[in-house]
Amino acid sequence: MMVKRAWTDQRIEDILGNMLRAGVGLSAFVVFCGAIVYLTHHGRTPEDYRVFQGEPSDLRSVPGILREALHLNGRGIIQLGLLFLIATPVARVIFSIFGFAEEHDRMYVVFTVIVLAILLFSLVGSQM
Amino acid sequence: MNILEFTALVFLGSMIAGLLGALTGLGGGVVLVPLLTLFFKVDIRYAIGASLVSVIATSSGAAAAYVKEGFSNIRIGMFLEIATTLGALLGAFLAVWVSTSVIATVFGVVLILSAYLSRKPRPLAERDLPPDPLATRLRLNGRFPDLQGMRSYNVQRVPAGFSIMFGAGALSGLLGIGSGALKVLAMDQAMRIPFKVSTTTSNFMIGVTAAASAGVYLNRGYIDPGLSMPVMLGVLAGSLVGTRILVKAETKWLRIIFSAVIVLLGIEMLYKGLTGRL
Repeated sequence: MMVKRAWTDQRIEDILGNMLRAGVGLSAFVVFCGAIVYLTHHGRTPEDYRVFQGEPSDLRSVPGILREALHLNGRGIIQLGLLFLIATPVARVIFSIFGFAEEHDRMYVVFTVIVLAILLFSLVGSQM
Repeated sequence: MNILEFTALVFLGSMIAGLLGALTGLGGGVVLVPLLTLFFKVDIRYAIGASLVSVIATSSGAAAAYVKEGFSNIRIGMFLEIATTLGALLGAFLAVWVSTSVIATVFGVVLILSAYLSRKPRPLAERDLPPDPLATRLRLNGRFPDLQGMRSYNVQRVPAGFSIMFGAGALSGLLGIGSGALKVLAMDQAMRIPFKVSTTTSNFMIGVTAAASAGVYLNRGYIDPGLSMPVMLGVLAGSLVGTRILVKAETKWLRIIFSAVIVLLGIEMLYKGLTGRL
């Protein structure tokens, strides 16, 4: 019993490792593509980050970012890549729920669902 | 400065921060915000958003390497993530309400503290501690590969560790850093988790913690794609190179120098924060 459990843990960790790597790789690639579009269009504009204005509403929410990225707007594509990056740990938490369920560890399924709820609240529910 | 030049310089600076962070194990995130605000004159809110994004990138990248070694304890990680993500939410909401000079002041204090904590020798993990009833119920005790085969450990003082983790999460959300130093403090000192397990598990947790506050930052318009792009790509490139050459490099002096840099940046942030110039 103990041996089987250790094996499952190790297997879960292997899959997790690959998933994290893939998430970061995909996100870096999308951000890089967006950077090329953004810099070819706006490279010569003077920079201005001294005064905080906040992002336009389209770059603040998931549907808005998707819309901008589909229009091949450079800043929108970069933001989509950053969204993939933020989603990577979320995906890992979702995967962990299945991992713990596989091991019939009900307590940790509950803990993981709590963490997921907090993450989703932050991403979706915090728009006020 | 036009956007092209700005992007190139920020990329370079972030790469050096990521490289030094990986080589010294102190994390590059902690110097990013001072670098952006003090040298590039970026508003601290944009700087925190960009730093948070890079923290997720390096944590997930490094965790991918760590989890395979079998040191990290996913149960300790997941249980404590309840504390860190709740703290991170609180920190991110606080960041919206408090003034930027307060954030800069807190940042200065945390920089100086984390340099101090990283210089402090870590306690040698005592072996064969008696199992704690709460830790046993939560199934936190574990085993990890040691020179003499598998070694077991019993986790201590769960409530204390959980509370420090909440604080670490709040600081991470308020300042956009990984607060790895505080996380290790909770796990080493309070919970008596062996060094290798606490380091890797802490790294594993940083990404989830940062994601919890990143959502709030994104919705509030603090994450600017033009600034986050060179920061994230730079830190990621720097830390990848850093972990490759880590085995060969002599890091003792590097750690001392980098700690000194962190203290100096901390003093500067503290001064700017207290005089209301940031």
